Order: sequence, then C-alpha cells, then structure tokens
Amino acid sequence: MSTIQPITDELEPHPDVALVERVRAGDVSAYDELVRKYDRQLFRIAQHITQNREDAEDVMQDAFLKAYEKIDQFQGNSKFYTWLVRIAVNESLMRLRKRRTGRMVSIDEDIETEEGSVPRDLADWAPDPEQNYTQSELAEILRKTIQGLPPGFRTVFALRDVEGLSTEETAETLGLSIPAVKSRLLRARLQLRERLSRYFRKNKGSRELGVEN
Amino acid sequence: MTCTEFLALLDDLIDDTVTPAMRAQLQEHLRGCEHCEVTLSTTRKTIQIYRSHEIYDMPAGLRERLHAAIMARCKKGC
Repeated sequence: MSTIQPITDELEPHPDVALVERVRAGDVSAYDELVRKYDRQLFRIAQHITQNREDAEDVMQDAFLKAYEKIDQFQGNSKFYTWLVRIAVNESLMRLRKRRTGRMVSIDEDIETEEGSVPRDLADWAPDPEQNYTQSELAEILRKTIQGLPPGFRTVFALRDVEGLSTEETAETLGLSIPAVKSRLLRARLQLRERLSRYFRKNKGSRELGVEN
Repeated sequence: MTCTEFLALLDDLIDDTVTPAMRAQLQEHLRGCEHCEVTLSTTRKTIQIYRSHEIYDMPAGLRERLHAAIMARCKKGC
C-alpha cells in the first residue's frame, strides 16, 4: 500500500480557511475578523485603480458585501485574499467606467503606449531623494505620478509592488497571462521611474511640484 | 549583452528570479554601462518609495465608519 500522502496534507492550512468555514456556518464575527484583516489593502487597491476617494469607499464596502453574499462560491483553490482582491478590482474598474461615461476601461486599456519602454531620463538620483520633500509634498508627488499611468499599468504595479502579490497571483486576480503581467509591470515601473526622475534627479536646483499629466 | 537585452531582464533581476549564470552576465554588463546601472538603481528606488510611503491610508474614523456599515449589512444578511 502506498504511503505517499497528498502534498496538501504537509502544508499548514492558511488561517483564513478556518475563518471562511466559520462564516459559512453563520458566524458573522469571523467575517468581522476578515474585514479588519484586509480592509486597508482593499481600500488602497481601490484608490490606486479609481483614483477617487468616494469610489474607493464604495468599492471597499461593495467588495466585502459581495464576498459575504458569495462566500459559498469561494472554491478554496486560491487564497481568500486573492479572491477578495479580484472582486475589488472588478468593482473598481466598473466605477472607473462609470466616471468616464462612454469610454471603455479595462485592464487592457492604453497598453500600446511606448512611454517608458526605453529609459530617456538617465540622470542619477540624489541619495535619499525623498528627504528633499516634506511627507505631504512627497505623498502628492507619488499620487500625481501614479495617477498618470494607464489603469492597466497602475493596477498591476499596485498589486505586485505595493501589495506584494506574486506574479502568478496577480495574473490569476486580473485574468491575465503571466507574460502580460510581466510586460505591464516592467512598463509601469519604468514609466514611474521616468516621471519621478524630474523630482529626484541629482543637482536639481529648485523643487518642482507641478506635474503634467 | 546589449542595453535592450539588459532591460528585458531588469524585472527578473529586481525580483531576484534570474539564474546565477544570468545574474553574472547582467552584472558584467552593469560594470561597463552607467546608464543601465542608473536605470536599475532608480527603478529599485521607485519601488521602494511606493512600498514604504502609504499614499492611500484610510483614516481611523473612516475605517470604523465603513467597517460598521459593512458589518451592519452582513448581520442583516446583506
């Protein structure tokens, strides 16, 4: 008789699995724990995509409510968190579409741009360049800079580099192939780098706060 | 290795998903190419700055209000 155990038996189950089971059994307090665990992340992701505070609030609420309603449909073959993020990304794109009536908004939008494909601004940055700005100035620079990226690029950047999802998780969450995620991530990183260079380059005489987008 | 070839592998180098042999080739290119060295260091810094500065934090008051609204709806069965 074979002694080989399924590989899943050797792995610790993710702590969310037990919480999801309790929610399914009718324990609302377990859902309270899940909301507290992931609300900040969902809010950040929604803000990155919609670039609108009110929309981000609505997205966060709607995503958690939708996940609660559909929790029986959660298969457990992905992490609860990535399932939740997928719901929030779809809600965010819907909100963005509503704001831009008549314009299609999808994860594939604006990917034809060549900006950032080849680095142009090759000036080195000052050491610790962010120290030349106050916290609020820096936050404004970072917000305006990422706002100028196409939605498909800033979504991939937010999931991979800000929230720390793997390439595979990002691909699964967005319904993209792994090469598509990699291509968007490289372009997003290079475009952000290029745009931040105007603030952070060495020997910058005066501080610049106006951003053209 | 050309700069274009280096750029195609930039993310793999940053994300540490290159083989030791490929890493050696990339480092060899970096030794003679200031442009790619700057691109690598400033791209790394870009990621680090976005990761370490919370630009979309949720104020505590808003968090509690949204949390209460979500849980009230859940308790009613949505």
